[in-house]
Amino acid sequence: METKKSSEFKKKSIFYKISEVLVTMASKPSGFIGLSILFFHILLAFSSPYLAPYDFKAIDPSLMLQAPSSEYWFGTDSLGRDVFTRTIMGGRTALTITFFGSLIALLWGGLLGIFCGLVGGKVDDVVMRIVDAFLSIPWILAMLLIVSLLGTSTEVLIPALGFFYGKGIVRVARAATHDVIAKDFIVSARARGHSNLSIIWNEIIPNVRDAILVEGAMRWSWMLLGFSSLSFLGFGVSPPTPDWGLMISNARGLMSFAYWAVIAPIVGLSSLIIGINLTADAFAKALGIDRSTKAPV
Amino acid sequence: MEEIIQKVKNLSVGFKSQKGHEISILKNITTDIKKGETVGIVGESGSGKSTLALAMMGYVKQGLYKMEGECIFNSSNLLNMNNRELEKIRGRKIAMIPQNAGQSLTPNLKIGYQIDEALKLHTSLNKNDRDKKISELLNKVRLPSPETIALRYPHELSGGQQQRVAVGMALAGNPDLLLLDEPTTGLDVTTQAHVLELLNFIAKDTGTSMVYVSHDLGAIAQVSDRIIVMYSGEIVLEGPTRDILQQPIHPYTYGLLKSIPKLSLAGLPDSMPGSQPQPGTKKKGCSFYDRCNLAEDKCKKNSPDLEYINELKTSVRCFNYKKLIKQKSENQSNIKRNEKNIKVNEILNLTDVSISYAKQKLLDQIFNKITDTNPTVKDINIDINKGETIALVGESGSGKSTILKSIAGLLRTKEGKIKFDKDRVLSNDVKKRNSSDLRAIQLIFQNPDESLNPNHTVEEILAQPLKLYFGLSGEELKQNIIELLEKVRLGKFYMSRYPRQLSGGEKQRVAVARAFAAKPDIILCDEVTSALDVSVQAAVLNLLQKLKEDFGTTYIFVSHDLAVVRAISDRVAVLYQGRLCEIGPSKNVYKFPSHPYTEVLLGAVLEPDPDIKPKLVAEDIVEDKPPEKGCCFQGRCPRFLGDQCKNETPPWQIGDNGNAIRCHINIKDLEKKQNGN
Amino acid sequence: MFFLIIKRILLGLITLIIVSLITFVGTEVLPGDACTTYLEREAYGAALEACYKRLGLDIPAHERYLSWAFSVIQGDFGYSLSGQMPINEVLGPRVKNSMVLASAAIIIGIPIALILGIITALWRDKLPDITISTVTIFAMTIPEFISATLLILIVAIWLEWLPGIVIVPTDVTITELLPNIILPVIAIAMIMTAHMARMVRSSVIQVMASDYVQMAILKGVPYWKMVFKHVLPNALLPAINVVALTIAWLLGGVVVTEVVFNYPGLGRLVIESISNRDLPTVQALAIILASIYVSINLIADLLTLMLNPRLKTLQIRK
Repeated sequence: METKKSSEFKKKSIFYKISEVLVTMASKPSGFIGLSILFFHILLAFSSPYLAPYDFKAIDPSLMLQAPSSEYWFGTDSLGRDVFTRTIMGGRTALTITFFGSLIALLWGGLLGIFCGLVGGKVDDVVMRIVDAFLSIPWILAMLLIVSLLGTSTEVLIPALGFFYGKGIVRVARAATHDVIAKDFIVSARARGHSNLSIIWNEIIPNVRDAILVEGAMRWSWMLLGFSSLSFLGFGVSPPTPDWGLMISNARGLMSFAYWAVIAPIVGLSSLIIGINLTADAFAKALGIDRSTKAPV
Repeated sequence: MEEIIQKVKNLSVGFKSQKGHEISILKNITTDIKKGETVGIVGESGSGKSTLALAMMGYVKQGLYKMEGECIFNSSNLLNMNNRELEKIRGRKIAMIPQNAGQSLTPNLKIGYQIDEALKLHTSLNKNDRDKKISELLNKVRLPSPETIALRYPHELSGGQQQRVAVGMALAGNPDLLLLDEPTTGLDVTTQAHVLELLNFIAKDTGTSMVYVSHDLGAIAQVSDRIIVMYSGEIVLEGPTRDILQQPIHPYTYGLLKSIPKLSLAGLPDSMPGSQPQPGTKKKGCSFYDRCNLAEDKCKKNSPDLEYINELKTSVRCFNYKKLIKQKSENQSNIKRNEKNIKVNEILNLTDVSISYAKQKLLDQIFNKITDTNPTVKDINIDINKGETIALVGESGSGKSTILKSIAGLLRTKEGKIKFDKDRVLSNDVKKRNSSDLRAIQLIFQNPDESLNPNHTVEEILAQPLKLYFGLSGEELKQNIIELLEKVRLGKFYMSRYPRQLSGGEKQRVAVARAFAAKPDIILCDEVTSALDVSVQAAVLNLLQKLKEDFGTTYIFVSHDLAVVRAISDRVAVLYQGRLCEIGPSKNVYKFPSHPYTEVLLGAVLEPDPDIKPKLVAEDIVEDKPPEKGCCFQGRCPRFLGDQCKNETPPWQIGDNGNAIRCHINIKDLEKKQNGN
Repeated sequence: MFFLIIKRILLGLITLIIVSLITFVGTEVLPGDACTTYLEREAYGAALEACYKRLGLDIPAHERYLSWAFSVIQGDFGYSLSGQMPINEVLGPRVKNSMVLASAAIIIGIPIALILGIITALWRDKLPDITISTVTIFAMTIPEFISATLLILIVAIWLEWLPGIVIVPTDVTITELLPNIILPVIAIAMIMTAHMARMVRSSVIQVMASDYVQMAILKGVPYWKMVFKHVLPNALLPAINVVALTIAWLLGGVVVTEVVFNYPGLGRLVIESISNRDLPTVQALAIILASIYVSINLIADLLTLMLNPRLKTLQIRK
């Protein structure tokens, strides 16, 4: 019998907590830089279609490989397209796909992890063995196979990425649940006779939430890295959609005379990944979790 | 004049808060340690006593820094030395015996190596002589077969053995000054008494000066010549042990002594209100002002200086100490327990209960058969009457918490029945119990940090049982929560706080309130005061007693502390290795005749009185598991008879005064032997 | 102890069996079979039938799995469709080349990571730590294809110090490989080293805060002796497993790096066989890469077991 009053109370405290965490994150230089970069990229992703000076897919052979100038700030690529336009729009697909992919990863990884941690015993053993087996196949091989057989549409990429990057979250959520379960407040709730669902919802989730969220933030940056690698290999975004990974891959062959076409997307992608990483680091520190001990699996 | 070995002058140590404020943990400490004396530094957690001891080695923990002052040893200031110079003093001139030897011995190095390292650094002995010296040292700290111990890793030793190794290691350099930081905290009662006796012997034998830091006045009283009492980073009282303990002229020490439960006194100890202020929260005035019943206006504005009183050879930091001079703390009447509520109605009955952990570990699974015939807890028969407080006492591994868990339905019993309320058998699985049975039995845990969900406010914590059992909501729920908080003497404003914003005592009050929210018939208390400071412990004990008298609740109270049990319980059950040794009314259990194990336990209790010495009647061996047949205590019994004890389970005998003892020795003979001691 | 080792090895084997099932079922469930996928538009008539025969696709799935699994155990991975030769012959030189690349990266990376991690931990929050930690954050976050591309641009194109693209036949000898692999090794080692350095750092910091290190200081043990005797053995032990996971994770990075440098290793074979839709080869690669992953973790587990005094003495206590 959850009353309205107490849920209102909860909501308030969550907003308060978020703002508190953000302030703590921004109070250190690295966190501030990370947050600023991330906000800048998100802002850019929303506004770039309106800011772009040229059409991102307009091909003009007469403008091939022009050096940066006042007209074409970052020069043009091998098809005569404006590099600046393509660079500021190049993060949109990656950001969207990886954001939703991370959400999926967070959801299934977190829930399965909590379940395993809670149930323990044989079920836990079997599930973890399967998760381990999935972990031992290099993600890139599996992703490439899926993409090459099913295509590169968003409907394939988001769940596939979400699946492969959720495996690590299972482990973290399971470990966090194990830690919490041994605590006396869980024993106390069990002794009082609360139902399993109520124990999960009221006692376990609030205490493993932080660890899972930090892991999710971390996954986001790995996923971005992975997705860009796919694009780079030609298995991600399909042309002519502007995407950093693809741009780097296309311009790479000609970089001895047109380095600008490589440098611009490199700066775009690197800054976003570093931004997310610094943010995830600051987030972990603000919540009191040391993420540098975690392996990148 | 006696030779001074270390001089601490105007020492202040502190840290910088996140907002950049300077917060001191030690405030202007000045004291001397004389050659050959043992000084006890006593204080509750957060009083700065460990920081002071570490500073005496020129060590300041990471995050802290010296604000001013000096620690002078051999006419040089340790706090200004560089690491090279300190390395020559540490371990050689001044040595440390740490609080938790288990964590203070490097896990990857063998015991022998770690002692050898100290010898190599601080003596000029060659390899052969060092090996001899290692055996000698281990012998000196009374470890069995030193040669094999030297080849062990730290984790292979028991807590008491680890502590002895730490003592031996500290002695390796033949230091002039030994610093002991809570060296017996966390050990079992009997082990603690043995280690203390060893330390006393070493002090006499080697003539080293010692600084003994502890929160436990009982331990301090046994070893020290002089006592320094610390409160909130200051010395509040300093003087000879006997004078301080018999005539504590600082109100804090006075209150502290009265809040310690004693074996010799039945009834609850007096409690002190409030708790020690957090560092940095107090700006001016006496730091004890909030809790002091002698406080006046001037105490709020001015902080008193440490004043030396010649005729008492004591220094005291109080304006009103004279009011306490003539009072003797022992003469104060303890609060009497009201025992009238006990009815001879049986409310809970344990019949032949045995519990086995066998299935939980993989290795045990392989050796399944052995553990099954020899369960962790066996043959427990106890009847519990409505409204009484029954205590389960024993050292670690005695199965006392295990029994509590199975009463709560959290651990399945292997055999036996638990009957509740008119012979209704309770299911041994909590999931199968009905709501009213669940409500009737509530638990309070040892460590409130772990038993309160850190992500819930006090309101949410207390709302849980109210919603679950009574379906309360809205205004009614809120009103009930406020009433509960009042019952445990916490204000309404605590509702919106998180556990981390509360002190230890406040957290435990919330835990008590949560248990009472269910309006239970029985409350299971698992070491509920052992994580608390002494002054706070007394307050919680008093609260529990008051609530019990108001509501007629039955307590099953588990503790390792015999004095606490003496204070709160009506009946005591003594357990060893999961077997019942003795059970009876508490006033009788604390008198002879006793089961030999009870005798050992009682002998090891440390009283805050230098004139009451512990009696060590048995070795402090640690047994991994109970013997398969015969008496459970055969391995350590000081009155061991031989084959009879080894092979036959001893019979129950009931003494004249109503306590039952499980022993082969005739109860009359037992009484004669024990009183003759 | 003995039981523990056996248990770990068995668990590793079970993992591999599950992997083989996953890859087999995966390729079964995904649309099309090996032949239709490979032949694409020409998947009809005689060509398709010949292919079916060649791969034995005409027998039921579970029988096919068993016979495939048996031949894998015997070291025979089947027939490569795109290479038109047994997969073993395709794999051989590739495995060797990739091993050279990865082991060079590991041999260079681990010592550097150890040194950097220890330095940053011991000088925590001081200048060396701040500089190195900033660099490692960059090194570990930037994708391999970016660092590889930048390395080629700067070292090969602008400075012209080293060849940018590896142009060697697949069956090249190791000595011929050497100048060519410097840049790929740097690209792979960078990200791995950065990861491991950060893990070593946090592990050392944790141990430095322990009671026993404080005790060693108070015992008068000189600083560097304390670091080597009391800190490092205890700090590096838990790091072994994490290092293993990092190395295993590196396998994915190797694929990308090999493509950037056109290096004839397993990674490029992954891309090639997927582009050619050569499912039998892909299955073989999955098994091989997974066994590498499992064995690295197994080695780490066993190493930890052997070095940890707690586990070493397990049988004495019980």
